[in-house]
Amino acid sequence: MSATDLQNHPAARALAQRHRLRVWEGLPWLLALACYFAFPRYLGFGTEILITVLFAISLDLALGYAGIVTLGHAAFFGAGAYTVGMLAKNGIWTEPITGLLLGAAVAGLIGFLSGLVLLRTAGLTLLMLTLCFMGLLEESANMGADFTGGFDGLDSLPIKPIVGMFEFDVLYSKTQYLYVLAVLFVCFVFTRTLVYSPFGHSLTGIRENTLRMHAVGAPVERRLVICYTISAAIAGIAGALWAQANAYVNLSTLGLDRAATVLIILVLGGYGRLYGAFVGAFVYMMLEHFLSKLYPEAWQLGLGLLLVVIALFARGGILGIGEELRRRFRGWRNKP
Amino acid sequence: MIKRMLAATAALAITTAFAQAQEVKIGLVAPFTGIGAELGQQIDRGVQQFLKLNAGKIAPYKLTIIKRDDKNPSGADSKVAVQELLTQENVDALAGWIYSPNAIASAPVVSAGKKLAVIMNAGTAFITNLSPYYVRTSFSMWHAGFALGEAAAKQLKAKTAVVGYSDFPPGKDSLAAFKRAFEANGGQVIDEIPMGGPAQVPDFTPFFQRVKDKKPDLFFVFVPAGDHALAVVKTYGALGMKAAGIKLIGPGDITQDIKLQAMGDAAIGLITMHHYNADLDNPVNKALVASWKKDYGADATPDFVAIGAYDGMAAILHAVQATKGKMDPDAALAALKGWKYDSPRGPIAIDPETRDIIMNEYLVEVVKGADGKLHQKVLGKIDAVKDACKAQKIGPCAPK
Repeated sequence: MSATDLQNHPAARALAQRHRLRVWEGLPWLLALACYFAFPRYLGFGTEILITVLFAISLDLALGYAGIVTLGHAAFFGAGAYTVGMLAKNGIWTEPITGLLLGAAVAGLIGFLSGLVLLRTAGLTLLMLTLCFMGLLEESANMGADFTGGFDGLDSLPIKPIVGMFEFDVLYSKTQYLYVLAVLFVCFVFTRTLVYSPFGHSLTGIRENTLRMHAVGAPVERRLVICYTISAAIAGIAGALWAQANAYVNLSTLGLDRAATVLIILVLGGYGRLYGAFVGAFVYMMLEHFLSKLYPEAWQLGLGLLLVVIALFARGGILGIGEELRRRFRGWRNKP
Repeated sequence: MIKRMLAATAALAITTAFAQAQEVKIGLVAPFTGIGAELGQQIDRGVQQFLKLNAGKIAPYKLTIIKRDDKNPSGADSKVAVQELLTQENVDALAGWIYSPNAIASAPVVSAGKKLAVIMNAGTAFITNLSPYYVRTSFSMWHAGFALGEAAAKQLKAKTAVVGYSDFPPGKDSLAAFKRAFEANGGQVIDEIPMGGPAQVPDFTPFFQRVKDKKPDLFFVFVPAGDHALAVVKTYGALGMKAAGIKLIGPGDITQDIKLQAMGDAAIGLITMHHYNADLDNPVNKALVASWKKDYGADATPDFVAIGAYDGMAAILHAVQATKGKMDPDAALAALKGWKYDSPRGPIAIDPETRDIIMNEYLVEVVKGADGKLHQKVLGKIDAVKDACKAQKIGPCAPK
């Protein structure tokens, strides 16, 4: 077999083309922009969805790609949110875009330091330790009420207009929506590039077979810590956005509720797939929002049923169902 | 769904009776699911009972309630709900809020939306400073805490007290209010014990043992109404603290009416200060309790959360009548400032300066009635109590 044969081998071609942009990848962005014009009265809710997508992407990087099982990802969301909140409330730093960077830096630093210790464990131990670490942060925020506002949180944050021109819109959240969408786009491009890079492939390798990665000489622990740090920083950006968009931060940013919900969202959409975060957040939050409007007392039933069905019949989440259908369709077409 | 349909039919029935009823839309934001669901239900029932018992006064207007679940104390869900009620449903007034963080997070939206917003429960004292459109018909933690501090020194003649509280703002507010009033009147707080958070009910035994060892005259407890309060009374009974001569006192959250019967005999002799209990002897309350038991069962009872909602609706109705249904926010607020009303809790008024409630506080003892059930007996009352935190401009209550 010559070199050209190898290059033309279908498997080699598939590998080489994995990272190429596909036409449908523009779709979520076009839809998000269309929603801005089509549903101007839903943008507050839309902003919440976009922030959750970004948060889910950060979790996908750690959980879906590197296989770091964590139930404490809200620790970094909260770190970003409180960084913005505490700086703004005390009048130290109120510029939004650099505020995001500060939030990312603080969350990344906490991710790095905690990762150095926690990532020496794996599986259930890691799950419990990440949960405990988040609990510690939450309780510190509760007890440091003089700085963090405690249970009531920090209200009426004075966030400056974006690039000095666009005021945050309290009633319709128009500015917030576009701002969050832009930040989400930048972070997504970064994450997409990262997971298709050699570094990203080595993460998948670690997830699939840690022993073999050790055997080929990959610096497994170091890669995991780097991945965890990046993931924490992105979660920090999501948290910082939340604090800016709501002009408000409280203990819920650090809570188990948020950490568990984003995990459910990612599993629902399909983890390790990049776009699972979009699909999961959209489906979960839309259902929650409209069911709770229709049935303020019983909406959790509908959501619970959906999750049970997904858990029983579609382990790859909603995107997994799509892939399965495509595979079956091809198999049926290729039958002699 | 069924309840919604019933409510809709009821509203429809009222409308058809007066062909040209003018509709006023009210957005009701409260937790209808999760750990706050029981409180949300009390709010909902308080609203429905007001509409039912005052149908004659409401005509020719039609009050339509649009419910939104704000789910949890995160602030975000509540804020989105308020946004959408204002921008999509075009409500004329907002109401609800069980959790203080949600009322705090919603404040900027309420200010931007420029509609009357009636707080029916959330008790953190400074909330009404956050938006000029907030009016509160519930209470602040300072109402009962401060009054009980005075009563403990003067009427109960206690010299020493230990304070145990759930470690979140209402608990800290209660501690501050009680301590300030108690020590100003010659008492002394000899220990302050934070007892876990509001999310889970802790094991109270170690905290209570510490109190028992200190031998104070009084043990002042603030914990959230509900299962926390139930556990407090049971632990108090189990450790034999009553026999040791330590009186358990607190704001009425620890004797919330819907939990009282489940507390058993350990609750007998408990002394509380609060603005409402279901045994209050006045005709408005008697009518409400009777109607409540008829609609929701003999064991059901309104409690202070329901009364916040009931009076909140009364406030909105007053605003509707004063503005002839137009609900212009400035006119509505002007009408409510200084408004007086005969509530199931006795006479109430809205303080024109702070938009917070002025009401009676009752010193109450739990007793066993002839029917074998626990009842609350009024020992004394203090008329027209204002929120002491704002009245004395303490800490965050001082206007910015």
